[in-house]
Amino acid sequence: MTTVAHTHDTIDSPFALSHLDSLESEAVHIFREVAGEFERPVILFSGGKDSIVMLHLALKAFAPAAIPFTLLHVDTGHNFPEVIEYRDRVVAEHGLRLYVASVQEYIDAGKLRERPDGTRNPLQTVPLTEAIQQHRFDAVFGGGRRDEEKARAKERVFSLRDEFSQWDPRRQRPELWQLYNGRHAPGEHVRVFPLSNWTELDVWQYIAREGIELPEIYFAHEREVFARNGMWLTAGEWGGPKESETVEKRLIRYRTVGDMSCTGAVDSDATTLDAVIAEIAASRLTERGATRADDKMSEAAMEDRKREGYF
Amino acid sequence: MSTSTEQFADVSATTLLRFATAGSVDDGKSTLVGRLLHDSKSVLTDQLEAVEAASIQRGQDAPDLALLTDGLRAEREQGITIDVAYRYFATARRRFILADTPGHVQYTRNMVTGASTAELAVVLVDARNGVVEQTRRHAAVAALLRVPHVVLAVNKMDLVDYAEPVFAAIAEEFTTYASELGVPEITAIPISALAGDNVVEPSANMDWYGGPTVLEHLETVPVSHDLTACHARFPVQYVIRPQTAEHPDYRGYAGQIAAGAFRVGEEITVLPSGRTSTITAIDALGTGLGSNTAVDIAWAPQSVTIRLADDIDISRGDLLAPSGDAPATSQDVEATVCHVADQPLTVGQRVLLKHTTRTVKAIVKEIPSRLTLDDLSQHPNPGQLVANDIGRVRVRTAEPLALDAYADSRRTGSFLLIDPADGTTLAAGMAGESFATAKAVVAGDDEDGWDF
Repeated sequence: MTTVAHTHDTIDSPFALSHLDSLESEAVHIFREVAGEFERPVILFSGGKDSIVMLHLALKAFAPAAIPFTLLHVDTGHNFPEVIEYRDRVVAEHGLRLYVASVQEYIDAGKLRERPDGTRNPLQTVPLTEAIQQHRFDAVFGGGRRDEEKARAKERVFSLRDEFSQWDPRRQRPELWQLYNGRHAPGEHVRVFPLSNWTELDVWQYIAREGIELPEIYFAHEREVFARNGMWLTAGEWGGPKESETVEKRLIRYRTVGDMSCTGAVDSDATTLDAVIAEIAASRLTERGATRADDKMSEAAMEDRKREGYF
Repeated sequence: MSTSTEQFADVSATTLLRFATAGSVDDGKSTLVGRLLHDSKSVLTDQLEAVEAASIQRGQDAPDLALLTDGLRAEREQGITIDVAYRYFATARRRFILADTPGHVQYTRNMVTGASTAELAVVLVDARNGVVEQTRRHAAVAALLRVPHVVLAVNKMDLVDYAEPVFAAIAEEFTTYASELGVPEITAIPISALAGDNVVEPSANMDWYGGPTVLEHLETVPVSHDLTACHARFPVQYVIRPQTAEHPDYRGYAGQIAAGAFRVGEEITVLPSGRTSTITAIDALGTGLGSNTAVDIAWAPQSVTIRLADDIDISRGDLLAPSGDAPATSQDVEATVCHVADQPLTVGQRVLLKHTTRTVKAIVKEIPSRLTLDDLSQHPNPGQLVANDIGRVRVRTAEPLALDAYADSRRTGSFLLIDPADGTTLAAGMAGESFATAKAVVAGDDEDGWDF
């Protein structure tokens, strides 16, 4: 047995699992429950670290067979090229099927309008929900973690959504033991969050333990950025910088990967996993607080978006 | 991307403790949770700034730590907590998942939800009031759900001059009561969540107390039990059959070991069919991608894949157990249930019963009694159970189930009742005997309730 199953905490029995083994076992159980109970599950895959960890867990859960899920990427059109390159490479490597729902196509077709602030994250909801309906997905895996945000702290592992993908926090099913209730009517679907109980640090420790490869933007590198709303944004065709904003070259890395227009970089010289883990362990800022503009829009920004169908 | 194994070992070889807090409105639960999060440095600067900003906007003088935990718009607007929330914090020794269960609304089902996965429950008592009805309810739910460890946190000790006799009397009364209900381990700790006494730091005001602080206890309480004493149980979740050139004959039964341990070479019985075979391989989740790790032994709650010597008919919903220690199967389930839905559960109702990975049709044959948690009195034949009721039920299932007593296995002794029409989770069931089985006592017979 090569996994770290034992602990140097002498008070626990030799059968106590390490916290990473506990979280991994739970997540794998969730993936297998969905495979056993649903017809058309899909994994939301953005090329970000949480979705990469989800994919890794899914591959382990069904080994040596292929994973019985497809992937779906809601593409805002403002992607980091390194992430798209990573996404396509992973899909090819594992022989997966990837659907892409494109925000840009919705804008070009006049079905969505660009926001004045250029932020496209909130625009993902419509292509996401329409892709779910179009492909009749009945279970949609998301990499959301309860530690990310206080509205997410209230989220179930199996979260029932109506035909409009809406989340109603007051009408959630109580979730008891490990008995997940995935019953749903036609047209409804269930959002599933296998990483619910993971923290940002757990995700990084697991990436280190498993030797999972990530897009390079998660590690410190020199990049042309400019300051907006207290964050470093990458300059690019998506619409930054404005005339009043100046570009400078800085040593930065990303803690989260999302739309370029609202994902901020942090100053960092962490070029290795060890250095990243040390940096996160010492950070006094949450992942989203440090790097996400869209959560700062209002006190309930995440809750409001989730209610509309955001993941 | 290099990993120094030493550092990795330092940060990852900690264990995980799931615990729940139980508290009523004014006993200081939010303060305790806030202090645990804050003093373990799990509240980060931007969260604190957000709370400060929101508090100022509301015209409050000091940051309201309850805003850290009340995540929903309606909760903040109304200043109440609607639902169970899960919170995460860590120390160098352990990781914690806290099920923060609100005391006000829909009380019982929230605590049942939080306690179902908890290995420890913290019951808060206001030192000025001592053991009250609410406290007895908390103890009863913890006992019913068979939470292995219970901490009685006697809070607001600062308001009773940190007096030892006050604490000792409350601790004794609670311990006697909870032990009667079958709570196996009770640790009483005198605290002041507001002043920080004995929460994270030992109190200078109570030198008469020689026990651990709340955090110290959370860090050191054992998280797993003697597996050799548990009946081994493996519900089959999914059958893995790659049918590839590389693995033409691989047929593995994937699942999470629900209880006990399984070994290669062991003879197992498949339930409900009763067929037997021998374990030829156990594939555990290896480190790194694409490969499983063959192991000789695996134990709860590991997710593994088991392979057998014989190609017998096994599918999702079946249960593997050692042949010498297999549970009986039955279509008649007797259980204590907590009703968690707004629509009632009635005699004659057709439901679905979800037990481990198996969901079967069932019918509610009888509701022999309903329990009043306040005084543990029983009301015979209530006809129905409504939200937050706890009662006994008799259910007949369409297919046989291999159900353990909840007292023997929380995982294979628990089940859900589900409304087949709309999928609503109706009730949380615990099979077999519990203190709610005790002979019905007519309410009002004993006016003081269980006053030991």
